[in-house]
Amino acid sequence: MPSWPVLASQAFNGLALGTLLALVSSGLTIILGTLGVLNFAHGALFAVGAYTIFVALHYTSSFVLAILIGCVVMLAVGVLLERIIIRFFYDRPDEDQILVTYGIGIVLVECLRASFGGNAQRVPVPSWGQGATKLGFLIYPTYRLQLIAIVAGLLIGLYLVLYRTSMGLVVRAGIENPGMVGILGINVRRAFLLVFAIGVVAVGLAGMLYAPVIAVSPDMGANFMAQSFVVIVLGGLGSFPGAIVGGLIAGEIISLTSAFNSSYSEVMLYALMALLLVLRPQGLFGTEGRA
Amino acid sequence: MRRARTFLPEFAVLLTLIIAPTVLNPLGFSTDLLTRVLNWGLIGLGFDILFGLSGLLSFGQAAFYGVGGFVTAYLLVSGTIGSVWLALLIGTLAAGLFGLVVGWFAVRRVGIYFTMITLAFGQMAYFIENSLLTTYTGGENGIAGVPVPVLGFGDHAIRVTAGLPMYVLFAVIFFVGYVLARRIVRSPVGAILIAIKQNTGRVAMLGHNVPAYKLTAFVVAAVYAGLAGGLLGSFQSYMPPDAFSIETSGQLVVQTIVGGAGTLIGPLVGATVWLWLRDNLQLIPGFAVLWKLVLGIAFIVLVIGLRRGICGEIAHWWSDRRHQAERRADEARTEAIEAHNIDAADAAAARRRDIRLPLAQPATADGDVALEAQSLARYYGGLKAVDGVSFNVRRGSIHAVIGPNGAGKSTLFKMLLDEVRPTSGEVLLFGERISGAGVSRAAQLGIAKSNQLNQLFLDLSVRKNLRIAALARSRGPLRLDLLRPADSIPDVEAQIDSILSLLDLVERAETPAHVLAYGEKRRLEIGMALATSPNVLLLDEPLAGMSPAERAATCAFIRDIARVCTVVIVEHDLDAIFGLAERITVLYEGRLLADGSADEVRRNQAVQDAYLGGLHAHEPA
Repeated sequence: MPSWPVLASQAFNGLALGTLLALVSSGLTIILGTLGVLNFAHGALFAVGAYTIFVALHYTSSFVLAILIGCVVMLAVGVLLERIIIRFFYDRPDEDQILVTYGIGIVLVECLRASFGGNAQRVPVPSWGQGATKLGFLIYPTYRLQLIAIVAGLLIGLYLVLYRTSMGLVVRAGIENPGMVGILGINVRRAFLLVFAIGVVAVGLAGMLYAPVIAVSPDMGANFMAQSFVVIVLGGLGSFPGAIVGGLIAGEIISLTSAFNSSYSEVMLYALMALLLVLRPQGLFGTEGRA
Repeated sequence: MRRARTFLPEFAVLLTLIIAPTVLNPLGFSTDLLTRVLNWGLIGLGFDILFGLSGLLSFGQAAFYGVGGFVTAYLLVSGTIGSVWLALLIGTLAAGLFGLVVGWFAVRRVGIYFTMITLAFGQMAYFIENSLLTTYTGGENGIAGVPVPVLGFGDHAIRVTAGLPMYVLFAVIFFVGYVLARRIVRSPVGAILIAIKQNTGRVAMLGHNVPAYKLTAFVVAAVYAGLAGGLLGSFQSYMPPDAFSIETSGQLVVQTIVGGAGTLIGPLVGATVWLWLRDNLQLIPGFAVLWKLVLGIAFIVLVIGLRRGICGEIAHWWSDRRHQAERRADEARTEAIEAHNIDAADAAAARRRDIRLPLAQPATADGDVALEAQSLARYYGGLKAVDGVSFNVRRGSIHAVIGPNGAGKSTLFKMLLDEVRPTSGEVLLFGERISGAGVSRAAQLGIAKSNQLNQLFLDLSVRKNLRIAALARSRGPLRLDLLRPADSIPDVEAQIDSILSLLDLVERAETPAHVLAYGEKRRLEIGMALATSPNVLLLDEPLAGMSPAERAATCAFIRDIARVCTVVIVEHDLDAIFGLAERITVLYEGRLLADGSADEVRRNQAVQDAYLGGLHAHEPA
């Protein structure tokens, strides 16, 4: 039985990982829910985000400015991908969408490898996040604490966009019934472009914010993508609340299990997914009958 | 001659395998590279049965490749088992068993979900290998010193060493694997898997156990991957941990798409392209890091424009050329039928046909009541689509269900064969409870339905459409006759021929269903339901969209059918119904309005009000 400080610190790690997974998965899930496209380039886009801030920090010393630059870059990447490739795939079978986004993922990762080499790069922790903070009996890295707060803020922001704006209403209606939204005379395609871009920015932001915490390499996104698939299966296909709750559960499971025995941490996550598939196949927040 | 043509692909593959080391060597293919290509091709054979044939896109094949590889390598290196062959067998079986477990979870979900789940389980296997079982697998170091196989015993034993001997071993195994895979594709199971890819729902409705067949494909793919994994360790005398990695699964998918899914050798061709590019582009200065980028871009272009892949496009072009004349003739006939509204069925309308179905109908208890609905209800939220409807269908009768739009006819119909589960109440078929058993089980118990909207296997020929239906009756919900040809069951072929002549589609037997004229498609839709030899046949708006002549012909046809099985029919054409049906059930707003003989119902005041109500009751003429 690990000591309480270890458990508490792992719980915080779980929260940090959980919010990260929630952000990555919510990007994936709104694209999946609205466009019906399972974006297999999502892991690659996570890496693109991390490299964006790596490059931006060469030109500016301000972390916040670098993030803003990164967001603009990710927005551009998202819009370009949607306009050039993705939009021609809305009417094609699921497997074609998966294949083409997987291909996009390969190209993005290989572009990163060609430009920056295959070795891991380091992104420095911002000046305002240096050091550690004392939390009662626990000393915890300051940046990670700030990270939890920042990502929570971003998720709330995304929630407000989805649930409190008319654009969000269109998006959520599109998740329920894309055909009907089109019949009502709303330009679904423009909403699709916006949703894809938002999804890409969300995962890019996750990559940027976590770049100082993890090693930045071209393949860094692959495992996050696999985990975010688990999160979506847990939370329910296309469900935004499901992505958040699923992300937090996944993060805590991985971190808390590794407090006991780190070799079980990832395996536990997949075991939980298998269990849920038997008990509640539609996921925690999913509705029966979708896919 | 025909037999020779049937085995043409096998001969071509054999020849290619024999000449490949000599012919391809100058092009930059070393013998080792070719062996590696064959290893990928071997996983690909199984993967193509899963993806190309059955349409199940798995991103987790590395798991089975890795299990086969590491089980084999561990058994050999630890000294548990001395014989490489035995270790290979155990490794392959272990992979198949793991495939059974993962597949059991994965085939519960379709489409996107299936792909996500396979990828997740693939990652799980990777972490189990890489962290949980490091004592056995060596973790990131893998297992070194895997021995090569030995042929024969004692002094005469031949060690299959690296280079050409290893290539020969891989080529022999690949060839055997290919021949077996071809047999599977041509077997009844293969036929059903192809149908599942095209229209899963209809396959279930015909009485096949769809999840079990999908699981079969999944396990077959896992076995092929496991065998290839086991061979990999022997080939490079080292079992690398990246056999388990997500990139391995992805590489397999890319190779299959590049080479052509659904062709069996597509993955092999794709692997040839991939590995050749990797080995040769790396030699060009400045290209070392770009080879995969080039491949990725080529892959995107293929998915956008040439989705059939290299082999698929060639095969398509080839069969297009060979069958062009037939296809033109088929299409011309369709146009003639649609333009002049003439049809063979018209001429046949007058002729009374004796229906004989060679396949026995399912056993049923005696009794006068064929189908019994007991206070059936189905609610969608607050909407009561069907609300407590009870009626009996007498054996051997034509029973009609009518009612204005929105009366709940379609929902009721779907509940009769458990396509939709009743909120309450139940359906009995000859006293046996159907509700809750699922649509496949209902079909096996002897109830079939032709749909309001055609649910055909559009890319398959008329004969193959009917075969899928007839196979469900002759083979039951599941049988794993993987190696017998699908067209070799005499009873089934007799059933198909008899139904083809009933439907007047004998000349159209080899025509793909999507080429048929509308009236022909409607007949095939009914014919498929009939080909399952049901006791009770449900017809959902069989006359919809038909011309008056076609209607007359179809009504005569329905009367013929009614002599061999009980018919329940939903239809809007009341003239036709009163001419056909002996008993009529009338629904109105989800409730039973009337139930009785055609004359009783015709005279029933409530029925007249419901249908003509607005006019008669409130607007005096």
